[in-house]
Amino acid sequence: MSTEDTPAADLVKEKKREAIFSKKNIQTLRDPLDDTNPITVQVLGICSALAVTVQVMPALIMSLGVIFVIAFSNLIISLLRHTIPNRIRIIVQLIVVALLVTLVDQFLKAFMFDVSKKLSVFVGLIITNCIVMGRLEAFALSQKPWPAFLDGIGNGVGYGLILIVVAIFREFFGAGAILGYQIVPQAAYDMGYVNNGLMVLPPAALFVIGIYIWWQRSRNKKLVNVS
Amino acid sequence: MQDLLNLFIKSIFVENVVFAFFLGMCSYLAVSKKINTAFGLGLAVIFVMVLTTPLNYFILTYMLKDGALAWIHPSLATVDLTFLAFILFISTIAGAVQLVEMIVEKSLPALYAALGIFLPLITVNCAILGTSLFMQEREYNFAETAVFSFGAGIGFFLAIVLLAAIRERLRYSNIPAPLQGLGIAMIITALMGMAFLSFSGIKL
Repeated sequence: MSTEDTPAADLVKEKKREAIFSKKNIQTLRDPLDDTNPITVQVLGICSALAVTVQVMPALIMSLGVIFVIAFSNLIISLLRHTIPNRIRIIVQLIVVALLVTLVDQFLKAFMFDVSKKLSVFVGLIITNCIVMGRLEAFALSQKPWPAFLDGIGNGVGYGLILIVVAIFREFFGAGAILGYQIVPQAAYDMGYVNNGLMVLPPAALFVIGIYIWWQRSRNKKLVNVS
Repeated sequence: MQDLLNLFIKSIFVENVVFAFFLGMCSYLAVSKKINTAFGLGLAVIFVMVLTTPLNYFILTYMLKDGALAWIHPSLATVDLTFLAFILFISTIAGAVQLVEMIVEKSLPALYAALGIFLPLITVNCAILGTSLFMQEREYNFAETAVFSFGAGIGFFLAIVLLAAIRERLRYSNIPAPLQGLGIAMIITALMGMAFLSFSGIKL
């Protein structure tokens, strides 16, 4: 038994068959939003994330896609965790993820063609999104299906949160709009207000995330020096 | 010829995979703490990219595209398997990386010692799959694919070695504690991206 360092209370709970929303499960769900946020703390999944944040709409769709893929790949891998041989686990994981991503891609192409065009290759790149692989390796391979599913949702939402924050900043300052609705009134433009052209360019996303990390770590001191 | 040269320059500087599309960011940020390791990873990426993108090009042209299967039998001319692209591309990349790892380990131990630990990492490097997907989306022909993959690899190499050089220096500077590490790396990448923007519009 490897439970020597588990507190007694946890041990009792384990025996009693865990409740669906036990404290531990809630924590699995909530931690990735801040303390273990996949983008700003675990440094995963930055790859495909930033390019889709010029406007809020693609960012939102992209987050939904990623949440779906992480949650279900976590669930599937967790269900299969005793049958996957250790040596070929990476390939098995990639195939499961690629299957789910293909589903998302076909769905977007069928029902939201213009968003799908805007996201272009980045839907496909969810496959190599390090968050998905990272969570499969770190969590789903060793946990029961339900916590793994929750972990997937939590990490997906944590990822989407950053995406949407960045997208709101970029769309607001770059185009004066949010979700396509003009927020900055015409009167302001008439008085000489100009949209910030830099916000539409790729580097702006990195600035916004860099500053977000700064803000997050000065608020939450225990995250300083994690990486 | 000039078009190809143009594409080459464009894929290195103007549309650098890291600065313009944020591909390969994870390994870019994680492996850029020292120049030596950054150099090794950069070389491995060039190698795998030049190998897998043309391979995926052949898969796409002779197996997946609309009507691509006609060379087997005329009745297959109406089959369109493009939706399988993701699964086949990633399998090719994973398989090629595994194969390369085994061959290099057996025949070139010195190279393996330098690149070995990075090869498995590269399977899930978005830059590799991204290059293949761009190849598909922009409908390059074979020559363009070869040049584009080489250029994209060099672009990644350049970006990661530059960042590693800057981060080695940064160790001696006085950065606010919450901004150290990841935060400052992000902001430096943004500044480098802005510098690379000045290449836009270059044409030979």
